[in-house]
Amino acid sequence: MDYNAGNIRSVELALLSLGVEYRISKNPKDLEGSDRLIFPGVGEAKFAMQELRKTGFDAFLKDWAAADKPLLGVCLGSQIIFDHSEEGDTACLGLIPGRIRKFPENFRGIGLKVPHMGWNDIAYANGGSPLFDGVPEGRDFYFVHSYYIDPADPKAISATADYGFPVPCAIKRGNLEAVQFHPEKSSLAGLRLLSNFCGKSWGGPAC
Amino acid sequence: MLKKRIIVCLDVKDGRTTKGVKFLDNVDIGDPVVMAEEYYRQGVDELVFYDIMASARDRGPTLDLIRRVAETIHIPFCVGGGISTVEDIRNTILAGAEKVSLNSPAVRNPKLLTEGAAIFGNQCIVLGMDAKKDPGMPSGYRIYVNGGRVATDLDALEWAIRAERLGAGEIVLNSIDADGTRDGYELTITKMISENVGIPVVASGGAGKPAHMAEVLGPGKADAALIASMVHSGDYTIGSIKADLAARGIPVRR
Repeated sequence: MDYNAGNIRSVELALLSLGVEYRISKNPKDLEGSDRLIFPGVGEAKFAMQELRKTGFDAFLKDWAAADKPLLGVCLGSQIIFDHSEEGDTACLGLIPGRIRKFPENFRGIGLKVPHMGWNDIAYANGGSPLFDGVPEGRDFYFVHSYYIDPADPKAISATADYGFPVPCAIKRGNLEAVQFHPEKSSLAGLRLLSNFCGKSWGGPAC
Repeated sequence: MLKKRIIVCLDVKDGRTTKGVKFLDNVDIGDPVVMAEEYYRQGVDELVFYDIMASARDRGPTLDLIRRVAETIHIPFCVGGGISTVEDIRNTILAGAEKVSLNSPAVRNPKLLTEGAAIFGNQCIVLGMDAKKDPGMPSGYRIYVNGGRVATDLDALEWAIRAERLGAGEIVLNSIDADGTRDGYELTITKMISENVGIPVVASGGAGKPAHMAEVLGPGKADAALIASMVHSGDYTIGSIKADLAARGIPVRR
C-alpha cells in the first residue's frame, strides 16, 4: 500500500531481495485480488489517517481485515490498526481493539531515551506466531518508535521487547499480524519474517 | 534489552569513500557500496554516509549512491552532507535512507529540523554536530560548521537541547579535537549532552580500539558509537569489536 506515509522503498527492496512477486499502488482497486497485504508506515498517526481516508485505503483495510485475509502492519501500520492513538489524539482504524500510548515521561529520569531507537531482542508471548518460524527467541530487531501498542486483549500479543517494561512488539489475531519493529531493516531475522509472511520457502542462512 | 549500536561512518567524496584526519588530507579507500555490503555482512548495526564536500560546495545529496546502498543492505542507514531543504530530505528518504543528518544547514536554518520532523517524523531527523573545545563557551565546547572549518556562536550543549526541542530525533556528536586521532572519544561533552537530552546520542570521533568504545558507551553514556578508521584500516572487524564489547559487559547485537 502506498498512501504517502510509508517507507515503501525499503519494504519493496526487501521483497525484491526475497524474490517475492509484489505490486505497489496508490489505488486500493489495483491491490484487490492480492493474496497478502503489507501495511507499512512511518511518521505521524494523524497525517497517516488523513492520507488513508484520502486514498480510500481506510475502507479497503477494514474490508480486508473483516474478511480475515493475511495482513501485516509494520511500525506505524502496526499502530493505526487499533482504535485510538495518543499521537495527536487520533481516532484510528479499529481493526483490533486497543490503544496506542506514548512512552512515559519518567523514562528520561531513568536513562531511557525516546524514541526507543535501535536493536532490541524479542521474547515470544502466547505461543508466538508462525510469522517467526526459523527466528530463535532472543533475536534482535530494529525499532524506532515513541508510541507503543497497548492491546485490549493481552492474548493478541505474540512477542514483546523489554524497554522499561515488556513492550508489545508483535500482534496476532487470526490472519492479522502486526510488528512494531522494522523487518525490512532488521537484517536476516527481518528478511526471514517477511519471507514467512509471504509464504516463501527460506533459501538464506539460518538466523 | 536495547543494544548499544555500532555505526560505521563512510565519508564519501565524488562517489568514493575517503578518510582524513581532523577533516583534512582525505585518501581514497574504496567503493562505498562494496564497503557497505561488507560491513553489513560482518553485522554492523547501522551505517552513516557523509558526502563531505557537499556542504562546502553547496551540492545536493548523491541520490544514486543512496539507491544502490538501499538495494544492497537491509539495515538502517543515515545520509548527511548537502541536505539543506525539505525537498532534499524527501528525496533522500525516498531513495531508501532511514535518516538524514543535518549539520551546517540546521545551524543556518533551524526551522529545517522542525519542518522535517513534522513531515517525516523526528525519528528520521538527525542533528549532526561538530564540536570543539573552547573554554570561552558555557559548556566548554563550541559548534563549527562547513566540515569543521567555520566557527559559530553556538554553545554545543545549548544547541543540542534546542535541536531536540525543534524536532531532532537523534544527535550525532562529533568531536573535532578527537576526530581521526584514534586516541579515544571525547567523553566529557558526550556524557554532558547525553544526560541533558531525551533523544539518543551517537558518539563520533576518536575511536582507535574497542576499549574506547566501551568507555563512551559506558561512562560516556552514548547510545551508539560511530567508528571509521578502526574498521577501514582492517585492524578490526565488526565481529571482533562486538566480541570485545560483549566481554566488557556492553550489550551488543550478535
